[in-house]
Amino acid sequence: MGEFVMPSLGADMEAGILVEWLKRPGETVTRGDIVAVVETDKGAIEVEIFEDAIIDRLLVDVGTKVPVGTPLASLRTIGQAGAVGPVAAAPPGAAAPKEQATPLPPPSATIVRPAARPAGMPAAGDATRPYASPAARRIALERGVDLSGVIGSGPGGAVISIDVEKAAGATKPRAAERGPDLAAMRRAIGAAMARSKREIPHYYLSRVIDLTKATAWLESANAPRAPAERLLLQVLTLRAVALALRSRSGFNGFHTATGFRPSERIHIGTAVAIRGGGLVAPAIHDVDRLTLDELMGRLRDLVARVRAGTLRSSELTDPTVTVSSLGERGADALFGIIYPPQVAIFGFGAPALRPWVVGSAIEPRTIMTASLAADHRVTDGHAGSLLLADLDRLLQQPAQL
Amino acid sequence: MKRDDLRQLLLEELGNLAPEADLGAVPPDVDLREALDLDSMDFLNLVMALHKRLAIDIPERDYAELRTIDGAIEYLTARAKN
Repeated sequence: MGEFVMPSLGADMEAGILVEWLKRPGETVTRGDIVAVVETDKGAIEVEIFEDAIIDRLLVDVGTKVPVGTPLASLRTIGQAGAVGPVAAAPPGAAAPKEQATPLPPPSATIVRPAARPAGMPAAGDATRPYASPAARRIALERGVDLSGVIGSGPGGAVISIDVEKAAGATKPRAAERGPDLAAMRRAIGAAMARSKREIPHYYLSRVIDLTKATAWLESANAPRAPAERLLLQVLTLRAVALALRSRSGFNGFHTATGFRPSERIHIGTAVAIRGGGLVAPAIHDVDRLTLDELMGRLRDLVARVRAGTLRSSELTDPTVTVSSLGERGADALFGIIYPPQVAIFGFGAPALRPWVVGSAIEPRTIMTASLAADHRVTDGHAGSLLLADLDRLLQQPAQL
Repeated sequence: MKRDDLRQLLLEELGNLAPEADLGAVPPDVDLREALDLDSMDFLNLVMALHKRLAIDIPERDYAELRTIDGAIEYLTARAKN
């Protein structure tokens, strides 16, 4: 028997609200399947499972906020008989078959919904059934509010009548609001960055890179392409970072209590701004193994999902290094703060046309300042300089990327 | 396609990119990337949408002409047939 727990989706997360179950007890799941949706400061995140198993019991009801590490569902190995699974335990009542045919409620129905729980849920109620006052229970029954989805404000977190009134009156349940709580995100970013500055001895380097060849290559590559097939400069810089990291150790991986653990795979946390403020840096996986077109596809998909608020848990926990690009309207340079437990972050300023010495002449060239902030516990400025030099060299041969 | 229809279509697509923006308040001659906080992916998505809806070719070298509402309407009017 295993457990599916509330994941930690980053150094800054303490708890999450379960907003949707996408699998039901008795269903077989495969590693990588999305099992649940959890609401965090970063918006609604689709949570994947990391083993092949059968969902045994759902332990937490929709709408409940639980700390990181809390078991959300019990699992059984494939082939193992279900012991107390609700599907097996459900009484052969008339309601059961009917409920089984009903799809899972959409998020909008998570807090205010008929008082009768779906047949798949009752076993979970014993463990997580909320304390509620008799008055609250009566009102809940009258108004069709599921108490398990109500956050109690009474003694010991008990649900009292006013909580039920609020839940019943909520025209738009919180869980339905896909997209991040920007104030909470700002606090979370602040906490993670304060921890980083406290614990990680950063050093900072910058290198001015001539992107004239890269932008010229991009222009000719894009010229015959329809807009949907065109590449962005960011794809070239991401790819160059991945290739540079492949040959220099000490920048890609995690630093934990036991020291630095390098990562074989290169998952680049790609900072994407959220409209209205805030940002996330979800991973694009295995960037060193993607072609430029594949990478563009991933980047496009990632940006679209950041905007829509549908990121996956692995994208938030997997980045082994981060890249933040300010884009063409941004400042000249950006010096990042490392996102723990990573050990390096690249910052790319806005490319701009500048006077530049080429041979013995001054020419207008497209110039960009690239920066690297890295962790002194793992590397030093000399190694970082070599990494930036590699990056520069790679960007001078865009056709090889 | 008439100029007013093109304006309507452009504002519709900008609204998709920046749903929170009050497009009526955007001066017609300022850089849209600045006024609506559009990044290069947003701008590429705008070009893709215009290409799809108007069936016109918009090469990268013409992007500069699409940077403002006035500029974009001018550009599209000159190219959109019917």
